[in-house]
Amino acid sequence: MSSATFSATTAGPHLPLYTTRARSHDQNPMFDPLKKSASFLGSSTKLSFNSTTTTKLTRANSVARSPIVAVSEVKEKKSKPISNLLITKEEGLDLYEDMILGRAFEDMCAQMYYRGKMFGFVHLYNGQEAVSTGFIRLLKKEDSVVSTYRDHVHSLSKGVPARAVMSELFGKTTGCCRGQGGSMHMFSKEHNVLGGFAFIGEGIPVATGAAFSSKYRREVLGKADCDHVTCAFFGDGTANNGQFFECLNMAALWKLPIVFVVENNLWAIGMSHLRATSDPEIWKKGPAFGMPGVHVDGMDVLKVREVAKEAIDRARRGEGPTLVECETYRFRGHSLADPDELRDPAEKAHYAARDPISALKKYMFENNLASEAELKAIEKKIDEVVEDAVEFADESPHPDRSQLLENVFADPRGFGIGPDGRYRCEDPKFTQGTAHV
Amino acid sequence: MLGTIRQKAVAARSLSSQVLENDLMRLRSVASVMRHYSAGTKEMTVRDALNSALDEEMAADPSVFVMGEEVGEYQGAYKITKGLLDKYGPERVVDTPITEAGFAGIGVGSAYHGLRPVVEFMTFNFSMQAIDHIINSAAKSNYMSAGQINVPIVFRGPNGPAAGVGAQHSQCYGAWYGSVPGLKVLVPYSSEDARGLLKAAIRDPDPVVFLENELLYGESFPVSAEALNSSFCLPIGKAKIEREGKDITITAFSKMAAEILEKDGISAEVINLRSIRPLDRATINASVRKTNRLVTVEEGFPQHGIGAEICASVVEDSFGYLDAPVERIAGADVPTPYAANLERMAFPQIEDIVRAARRVCYRKSSIAASA
Repeated sequence: MSSATFSATTAGPHLPLYTTRARSHDQNPMFDPLKKSASFLGSSTKLSFNSTTTTKLTRANSVARSPIVAVSEVKEKKSKPISNLLITKEEGLDLYEDMILGRAFEDMCAQMYYRGKMFGFVHLYNGQEAVSTGFIRLLKKEDSVVSTYRDHVHSLSKGVPARAVMSELFGKTTGCCRGQGGSMHMFSKEHNVLGGFAFIGEGIPVATGAAFSSKYRREVLGKADCDHVTCAFFGDGTANNGQFFECLNMAALWKLPIVFVVENNLWAIGMSHLRATSDPEIWKKGPAFGMPGVHVDGMDVLKVREVAKEAIDRARRGEGPTLVECETYRFRGHSLADPDELRDPAEKAHYAARDPISALKKYMFENNLASEAELKAIEKKIDEVVEDAVEFADESPHPDRSQLLENVFADPRGFGIGPDGRYRCEDPKFTQGTAHV
Repeated sequence: MLGTIRQKAVAARSLSSQVLENDLMRLRSVASVMRHYSAGTKEMTVRDALNSALDEEMAADPSVFVMGEEVGEYQGAYKITKGLLDKYGPERVVDTPITEAGFAGIGVGSAYHGLRPVVEFMTFNFSMQAIDHIINSAAKSNYMSAGQINVPIVFRGPNGPAAGVGAQHSQCYGAWYGSVPGLKVLVPYSSEDARGLLKAAIRDPDPVVFLENELLYGESFPVSAEALNSSFCLPIGKAKIEREGKDITITAFSKMAAEILEKDGISAEVINLRSIRPLDRATINASVRKTNRLVTVEEGFPQHGIGAEICASVVEDSFGYLDAPVERIAGADVPTPYAANLERMAFPQIEDIVRAARRVCYRKSSIAASA
């Protein structure tokens, strides 16, 4: 069982971030005594490969590969040969488009919510696009994604059409779940988006089960080429939850093809990660269970993508799970109902300056991967997609009354036998019922 | 069943009630009749019934697998999965760490992708640690995904009281799971029930909660040749009339049905519910319309229990037919005590049911007397 740990190199100006964050509590966060430099938070340190804990490199890590380059370092190396670039032009444009779609869509959601078209609990993903794009654009259609209530962008990245997601949010019958799921419960069998869960941590065992089924299909059902990978996305708050640990254990024990992706945006509603967690470095929990734990700058889509590639390939090769901690940030509140008063404006400003979309844009310009015009064209196209999605959702019908009782069971005989002795679902008037069934 | 009646007949002799003397005569004649039938039929314990059902379903469909604590090398905490590991291997009979929430969720996640897990809880008390998955990610998923993702999973294990196992190991979860839309909840009594319902549950495309009873595992019941057939299935949502009668209707499930059969001074029609969700309201109401009286029996706590649901259902559907208010017999409204005599008092005994049945009948005559 491999127990390697490896950390992505990060670089960037050091900012006295944790002093502002420390306002909410008196002690400094606990540090790994072996680490020479300051906190990993704010990506303000250079963590080198072997400096901290003893590592056992896996077979994959020992293969030489191009170093992970910080986006901000690119400026100094204008005359790099093309082969050192992390992405091709097509890949770059794909990443850019996906992130713009995520951002534009979420911004539109906010607008629609305040206009009353969307309701209930809506949790927006602004600022975290690099994680969704970085991971999910590497997945195949047959791979699965399991998310939390902050699932719009994961669904979009996986390929669920914007129209279907917007309609679902409007509660219309043309939504991806016919309006029965809502913002927090996005499911798509076609794209293998397995939810959308409101309960913290609930998606993690479900994702582990999806990974289990991939292994089962290969080993028991004889589908020798079944190498589907599952990515489970969840937050820093969830990393303290019992189910998380249960699944880290079982995934490593049975070498399941899963990547546990922690979207550490430092806040669980109003609870700072530092106030809630005894050891805030979540990536360390991986090796405790026998899998690699990786920390990566989640505001940099290229770095996320590099780590994601490695983790996903690892899983696909049958080497087991990886825990990836993406340090990221959400620009908006926890949900559209959250006044977001507890977070320090300086912290928000710091991360706003590290917007993943601007960073990628800059990288693409610096490396002559795209022109201003091309990127503008993408932005325009996405604007049209999102507008179209809203129009489509607006014009779509509300669910019919008869839809209330549909889809409760795959086998609707589960509604039982009626007073006339026949199964109630056989009565054509059955779905006309409402509160009294 | 034969063994049970014989035992109960012996027990009944010690109760000095004129009603029960009649019982005895009736029971002896019933017993002699049954003796004729039993010559040709095979007997099977509930444990073997469950084991054979699992075995056959696993043989028929390679996507069926069993997961739980001690199901593999230990041969099952209650030996229900005995022999399955040797036959099907560790990929299909999966021993888990002690992680109910984790492995129940893993079962659900694999069911999302079309596998058919049978998740065993060592007792359903432990299912409380996994109840988020049973309800939120299993029961509700077909609905939330609008039919895209169904969950063909079975959660099974012993439910309700055993003997002297204390408060945390003795609760009945029928009422809890019975209230959740999207779930099917089954409660087998006899071996035939166990076989037929478990097979139906495994083949069902929806999540099923399968509540067994530990004290019934060792009980033997005759099984017909039809029940031994590997494609034998019982329909979900149909109750069984264990014994016909005309004076009162007694609804029961699981172990309680055994106690009922013995009490018979009053001609009681005994309904073995078999399915708590969906509840076979049609059969219950038809019976009440015939007998005009109802006693519901269960081992779970009384408030918001299964008896409460049956009572409401009968009042809704057959109010005019009732000649007396419905009687609910349930477990005492206390956490289960350990002391043997207290435990006995905490669960319905034969005397309680007899008393209730009499109350339900005398009410009619006492009104007539005062009129």
